[in-house]
Amino acid sequence: MAINPHNRGPLRTMSVLILLIVGLYGLLGAVSTWGTAQRTPKLGLDLSGGTQLILTPKVVGNQQINQGQILKAVDIIRARVNGSGVTEAEVSTQGGKDIVVSLPGTPDAATVNSLQKSSQLRMRATLVEAPTTPTPVPTATGPSPLKPTGQATSGSKASSSATTAPKSGFPPALSAATKPAPTAKPTAVTPAATPTPAPATGAKPKNPSDLAWVTPALEKQLANLNCADPKSVEAIVDDPAKPMVTCDAERPLKYILGPAEVFGTEISNATSGQQTTQGGTTSGIWEVRLDFNSAGTKSFCDLTSRITSLPSPRNQGAIVLDNKVISNPVPQQALCAGNASITGSFTAASSKVLADQLKFGALPLSFSLQTSDQISPTLGGDQLTRGLIAGAIGLLLVVAYSLFQYRALGLVTVSSLLIAGLLTYGAVTLFGWSTGFRLTMAGVTGLIVSIGIVADSFILYFERVRDEVRDGRALRAAVETGWNRARRTILISDAVNFLAAVVLYALAASNVRGFAFTLMLTTIIDIVVVFLFTHPLLSILATTKFFGEGHKWSGLDPKRLGARTATYAGRGRVTIAARRAAATEGTPS
Amino acid sequence: MRSFSEFGNDLYTGKRSIEIVGRQKTWYAVSAVLLVLASMGLFVRGLNIGLEFRGGSEFRISSITNFNGFEARAKTALGTVNPGSNVVVTKTTDAVRVQTEKFQSTLQTEKVKAALAHEFNVGVNSISANTIGPSWGASVSQQAITALVVFLILVSLLLAAYFRTWKMSIAALIALAHDLVITVGIYALAGFEVTPASVIGFLTILGYSLYDTVVVFDKVRENTLEAEGNGRLSYSQAANQAVNQTLVRSINTSVVALLPVASILGIGYFLLGPGTLLDLSLALFVGIAVGTYSSIFIATPVLADLREREPAMKELKKRAARFQAAQARKESTATSDGDPLSADDEGMRDVVHASSGGGATARPVHPYVQTGPRNQPKRPPKSKR
Repeated sequence: MAINPHNRGPLRTMSVLILLIVGLYGLLGAVSTWGTAQRTPKLGLDLSGGTQLILTPKVVGNQQINQGQILKAVDIIRARVNGSGVTEAEVSTQGGKDIVVSLPGTPDAATVNSLQKSSQLRMRATLVEAPTTPTPVPTATGPSPLKPTGQATSGSKASSSATTAPKSGFPPALSAATKPAPTAKPTAVTPAATPTPAPATGAKPKNPSDLAWVTPALEKQLANLNCADPKSVEAIVDDPAKPMVTCDAERPLKYILGPAEVFGTEISNATSGQQTTQGGTTSGIWEVRLDFNSAGTKSFCDLTSRITSLPSPRNQGAIVLDNKVISNPVPQQALCAGNASITGSFTAASSKVLADQLKFGALPLSFSLQTSDQISPTLGGDQLTRGLIAGAIGLLLVVAYSLFQYRALGLVTVSSLLIAGLLTYGAVTLFGWSTGFRLTMAGVTGLIVSIGIVADSFILYFERVRDEVRDGRALRAAVETGWNRARRTILISDAVNFLAAVVLYALAASNVRGFAFTLMLTTIIDIVVVFLFTHPLLSILATTKFFGEGHKWSGLDPKRLGARTATYAGRGRVTIAARRAAATEGTPS
Repeated sequence: MRSFSEFGNDLYTGKRSIEIVGRQKTWYAVSAVLLVLASMGLFVRGLNIGLEFRGGSEFRISSITNFNGFEARAKTALGTVNPGSNVVVTKTTDAVRVQTEKFQSTLQTEKVKAALAHEFNVGVNSISANTIGPSWGASVSQQAITALVVFLILVSLLLAAYFRTWKMSIAALIALAHDLVITVGIYALAGFEVTPASVIGFLTILGYSLYDTVVVFDKVRENTLEAEGNGRLSYSQAANQAVNQTLVRSINTSVVALLPVASILGIGYFLLGPGTLLDLSLALFVGIAVGTYSSIFIATPVLADLREREPAMKELKKRAARFQAAQARKESTATSDGDPLSADDEGMRDVVHASSGGGATARPVHPYVQTGPRNQPKRPPKSKR
């Protein structure tokens, strides 16, 4: 069949759209066949079902939890959840002390663990240090394999600071010496090493750095501890009153640590930044600054004044977070001014991470997972079904209305909406794969609302074409002039909508982001469909007999539109035939 | 719907014209009354702020068998624990929802649960207690206000750049403020609960209200540019014609936008119960309806009022008045029953007029033939050049 030359341009434009759709679905097919994508959009918690975790604060001893601490805990957990890349997670309190975390999908064990566990920060003294591999049992007087390489810098802020050696060395293993220190915390119990109580040496430890804490049981525990095995790490018990056996968070080291001396709650603030010299200029050395409250100041003073003079492994403090040693600074002197700074081989990023850990670690509680409720997929599915019903009804109403108003032209609306739907489905699915976008109820609402907004563009165009027909233009001309005028209006109004959606997306709270996102997406798709489908389609239809000659049911019937005869009035002007007809009939309004 | 499309035709040609811009005082008065009502609702009645904003406790009591006097009973139960606290009791299909100010302690929450369980004769496990801290709502409001300000600044810049006149931005923003106040006022008067989702809905209205206004303004600009060129219509008249010509379009776009929202609203109300969906769609529904009204009856008259103050537009008004008076004279001499209203736009495209006598068989005569010599272009004197 020969192609009508008038249709070549429109057909070319439409082939771009076909390429776009094929490309979109081709990519989708490719990533779902060879990649990790799924063929349907990812659904949010409220639609697919999901997991609701209820965390209850776990207290050791008879600590009391107040409301302020819970609210702080909620903030911290929220920051943690958002930091782990989970979108639309909600964190709230329930019943005054439980914390409810709603996660879409089924979270892996690591996510759940990170939520409930990494909440206690304590500083302890190091008693024994050993490499994790190949696990030699530490001897009492191991040689120091390496000197700490971290540069210990002297405090820059007059009396206050002092410093410590950094994470990068391999401090030596174990040496024995005791030195009395004033405040030893563990007064209550004989240091019961976790599995078997009785300390082997029989002597009561005089202070938290006393090697009398190290019992054969603890040594055995240390030898058995396999830092590479999550189960083994899981089993670590962090009781502040007792020594603990633990792993380093990064380096292949494990430790026996003394009882906790400084608690996270006693750290009032932690910041990171470049060290400043006395002249006030930045030195380029990154440091983490710590401030303690009065209790913290005293404990930290005790800790540092005791361990500075100890031989190498035991002169390290150990900052324990999430049962793991995140930093083991070596104090250069007794630090009693209520603040300290840690320097070493930090970068801007790593110093910030440590400062954040210290700050977040100030959360006084750890949590036990009380319940882990799977929100049943049937309930979510129910919601989705109802949402889809609402969408279908909305779509039907729009279709009915446009058929009613625009007759056969309404079918153009319907097919354009179908194309838009096809593009939206593909795009949402693809976004689910590439950026982890999940369709929630709010997102579905956005999609349904956008049906109307997308259809509005078609109405703008059709009305414009009708205006031109009323002016007496032939349909093919009317389609083109109408398009030139409507295009501008469609672009500016979509720009306004898009702007609104972007601002909403950038600033909205997490649970309605899906709404803004779908609005944004459909606005773009609207423009694509109008430019690449509706306009070329109408151009092609204008060459058909049915539309071109203005059939009664085409919706572009010049008679119905009042242009009974298109009359050329000379000098490039055409008459409004209806006006003339009205005048000649002598029945002006 | 023959009459509707004919209505559209008549509005387009000017055969029928609804005086919208000219009667701006009427619309301003109507809107003023609405705004006063809205602000009364806002300040006297106050918004029904959702739990998410206030922070507070919500108890849902399910599997109740006896609903009689549930409100009083719930209040009594709470009164025993926390006398004088503000309690809101609502009933859904199978449960009773009790909302109250935040309790200070866990102990109190437990006491309330026990009291409610006793009162409604259900197990404590049938009651879920939900406490929301006030920080969540505060952060949402903070974000909403930031979003509002950022959006307003960006959109005024966009509109001013597109329409090349800041007056259109101002008129659009006035209409926008009008929509927001009325929508929020309707929320206050009807006592709908304001949740974070409805706040997002309000912000979405901003986009939609402007969408509608922009469509009308685009036509206004087109018509007024033409009027400025040929001097046959004053700015207000051209704007009024634009509103008339886009009226059918505005009605159609609004209906089409409202239909899906209405279906969500229906499904949300009857099947899903309170939640994000219902809150969003309610705000959108009210906002779109008000937005359509304001883009027609507020934005354009405000714009016309702003522009009419310009000297150039005053000049245009005089020119248009002279032209129309001349047209009217011609009409009255030419035909027995003239049509002064449609004379407005007659000059725009329609150069063919009815001949005298109004007979159906009469041959159309070009107007210039009736009025004598054609107007020659006038050259202004040298001093004026």
